[in-house]
Amino acid sequence: MLTLFLLLPAVGALLALFLPKERAQDAKWIALVFSGLAFLVSIAVFVLYNPHVEGYQFVDTFDWITADTAGFAISYTVGVDGLSAPLVLLLGLLSVVSVLVSWRIDVKEQQYFAWLLFMETAVAGVFLSLDLIQFFLFWELELLPMFMLISQWGSGRRLYSATKFLIYTLAGSAFMLVGFLVLGATAGTFEIAELVATPVTEAAVPLTLVFWAIMLAFLVKLPTFPLHTWLPDAHTDAPTAVSVMLAGVLLKMGGYGILRIALPILPQQAHDARWILATLAGFSVLWGAVITLRQTDLKRLVAYSSVSHMGYVLLGVSAMGAVGLSGAAMQMFTHGTITGLLFVVVGLIYDRTHTREISQMSGLMHRMPVVGTVFVIAGLASLGLPGMSGFVAELTTFLGSLEVHPVATMAGIFGVVLSAGYILWTVQRVLHGPATEKWRDLTDATSWWEITAMASLVIVILAVGIYPPLLTNAVEAGIAPIAQIIEGVS
Amino acid sequence: MTALAAALYIGPAVALYIGAGVVLLADLVQGRRAATGLLSLVALAVAALWAIVQMGSGAEGPILHGALVADRFSLFFTFLLVATTAAVIVGTSEWASRVEDRGEFYALLLVSVGSMVLLAQSNDLITLFVALETTSLAQFILAGIARNERSSEAGLKYLLTGSIAAAVLLYGFAFLFGMAGTTALPGIAEFVRHAPEGLRLPLIMSFVFVAAGIGFKMAIVPFHGWVPDVYQGAPTPVGSFLSVASKAAGFAVVLRLFYSGLGGAETLITEDWGKLFAVLAVASMLFGNIGALVQTNVKRILGYSSIAQAGNIAVGVAAVAAASTVGPSGVLFFLGTYAATNLGAFIAVNAVSERLGSDDIADYAGLFKRSPMTAVVLSLCLVSLTGLPPTAGFIAKVYIFNGAIQTGQWWLVALVAVAVVNTAISAFYYLRWVRTMILDEPTDDRTIETPGGAQAVLLLASVGVLFFGVWPTPLIEAAQRAAAALLPA
Repeated sequence: MLTLFLLLPAVGALLALFLPKERAQDAKWIALVFSGLAFLVSIAVFVLYNPHVEGYQFVDTFDWITADTAGFAISYTVGVDGLSAPLVLLLGLLSVVSVLVSWRIDVKEQQYFAWLLFMETAVAGVFLSLDLIQFFLFWELELLPMFMLISQWGSGRRLYSATKFLIYTLAGSAFMLVGFLVLGATAGTFEIAELVATPVTEAAVPLTLVFWAIMLAFLVKLPTFPLHTWLPDAHTDAPTAVSVMLAGVLLKMGGYGILRIALPILPQQAHDARWILATLAGFSVLWGAVITLRQTDLKRLVAYSSVSHMGYVLLGVSAMGAVGLSGAAMQMFTHGTITGLLFVVVGLIYDRTHTREISQMSGLMHRMPVVGTVFVIAGLASLGLPGMSGFVAELTTFLGSLEVHPVATMAGIFGVVLSAGYILWTVQRVLHGPATEKWRDLTDATSWWEITAMASLVIVILAVGIYPPLLTNAVEAGIAPIAQIIEGVS
Repeated sequence: MTALAAALYIGPAVALYIGAGVVLLADLVQGRRAATGLLSLVALAVAALWAIVQMGSGAEGPILHGALVADRFSLFFTFLLVATTAAVIVGTSEWASRVEDRGEFYALLLVSVGSMVLLAQSNDLITLFVALETTSLAQFILAGIARNERSSEAGLKYLLTGSIAAAVLLYGFAFLFGMAGTTALPGIAEFVRHAPEGLRLPLIMSFVFVAAGIGFKMAIVPFHGWVPDVYQGAPTPVGSFLSVASKAAGFAVVLRLFYSGLGGAETLITEDWGKLFAVLAVASMLFGNIGALVQTNVKRILGYSSIAQAGNIAVGVAAVAAASTVGPSGVLFFLGTYAATNLGAFIAVNAVSERLGSDDIADYAGLFKRSPMTAVVLSLCLVSLTGLPPTAGFIAKVYIFNGAIQTGQWWLVALVAVAVVNTAISAFYYLRWVRTMILDEPTDDRTIETPGGAQAVLLLASVGVLFFGVWPTPLIEAAQRAAAALLPA
């Protein structure tokens, strides 16, 4: 089933590419059908996932490279647990949303949708892989589609931003490969489950170095202050759908990598690093929030708020306890839906106003009540209003980290105050105020694809906010074994 | 050892030499009407068939009083070199049909590849040197065969640097002979294994000279000066032959010499030459990648890229010093995938430059619209050179780096760290080129026709790049069997 989830988008991408030229506009239908089918599979995975059963479920495996004599036996193994199941669902959902918000793309549609679908396959591979080399393969596979999408269909300094994204990610993942190879050479296997079961205690190079080599890739991807500068550029210049995917699922690859690989395989080194991680987290939250406050570009504003909000993920991780880790895992899911929705709304506004300058906008609520209302919902969810999904995640994170890192947690809580500030201020500047003459002819979102894209995300945000066990059941089952390992060291 | 058995062992090389003679004769008799290209392909096919028979008969061992040795290792290179040359001939047949001296072109190509096959079989310093010089002499003329100013300059430059390299190599050989008292590699290996500590310095000097001499063939820094100029100046088919076949032959010699000839992995100088290659690898990767960043001529980009790739392969050679079989098999696997990848890139560039009359990267803008197949294959090859999945280049890099790290030596871990950072640098120029071809708007809407022969080679190259990227096990196993043959029995 998981292999099906992995392959569906790739098949769709090939079909879209080989569509005859005169039917190029049908590429979006192919993309919708295949991402939709993948979404159905992801729902099935999430619903059928049983939190009471230990270990990975729906495992598909076969020996991929069988050069045992060279210590190069690599298996293709996919499976989900409570940590990855919600992310698979998130990926399925956001892929459909990103296809929907691309409905009006009219430049090289075939290639555009093909790259988008290829990216879904790559990210799915990252979330599903249970073998380090396979994980690395999919991690690298995601680069090319992203580079192509930003550099061609983006705006502004798109080539600069795409290249910056590429260099940052590649520089990070380069060291990750070295770390993985050292682990594999020492343990004699690349399988994550085996590496977790039999911890590596000594290697050719100090394990602390290995830990940071691996973490670097994840911290860049998350992103963490001071490695975050590629993100605002990439977001600002990316097309809407790519921003949705970037904020929604690509950043989660970083958090997922920390929880799946760095923590359980090198628990001692992770535990030793908890103060550094907490400090980085505190800085990310505060620095991100302060920078967000002074943004004048609507999309850049949402991008910087991501830096701040992903800081909570790292804060939860740095607590090194079951509650904090669950908070981090939940924050990844909720941030994906909320920020995804924010980027959808910002994209819809930009489609109509053709500007992202906040100072240019005023009283948009009068012209587009639907878009405005969804903006408010997403904004409130983003600042952590009770009853929305963001609240559950942030509260859990703080509960987990308060005792261990009081100062960083205080910084985090202050970050929430700041985020209330910038969200409400933005809502006030963009949506309220006098309805200017300039925006008299703006139309509201009425087409089915716009409504579906927004509604699906709003429903998920509210559902998780009102009934958190929808998410927490799975997440807690997934976090439990990791927390057990990490709490075992001191 | 009967004469018949010896003939069986050296058959492939003999077939290629005879082929060269027949081509020249046909050219002499029939002039420009002679089907010299076809004759060359026949010679290559005979050589390949002969090698298959040789493999099937399981005949292995030293021949001609130990001057040559036929084993899995030499067979691996025979197949690699013959396939490479055949691909060059088929892929550039259209170019060759317009060359005045194409009879000579094909004959020299066959002489060169025949000598390379012998080179992979050489088990004695003298045969090794003779084979190396024969292949080099043919290549000097090939580089200058276009007879224009740039091509002549390339040929002369290649000749001058090549002669110096040969002299240096011979000097290193003289040291080895002086100490060991024999030119046979097994004898030298035996001597090195039991060499007293006092001979360490002379031994180091000898292998430094040898590495310098062969470094010229492998195109690693600091013996690389000729590469960008020759790749740019020489006709592209010659460039593709040099970048793939000549480099492969260079690494074959290095593996044979350093791994079997200098006594394997447990002598007093093993770590010394391992570290020498580590330093050469770092220099090649840095110089090649940084040099390629600022180039706007596609042939020069490929030239610098080939220096950087030689550095990647040298990582595997350095690992040989510390590992047993993983290092050499990594080098062999890398060379195999690199052949498919770089041939694809060179043949594509040749097909495009022929039509455009330009090697400027700006003229590749929108190639996807003008010649979709060429653009896709070239992109695939560039992605593979970067080392990104799902291509063979990805597996090759992970495999060779894995071999280095498995040794558990900290300096090899550090070497791999430098190598992966270089991968990130190389992505910059490889992917920029891909983006230019796939996404930019063409300046000229006319379609570019790719000749049939080139199309066939491009198709094969892309199948190879993808197939070994998804299912590398067969090639890895072949590489391991070949590498195992190198171990001193």
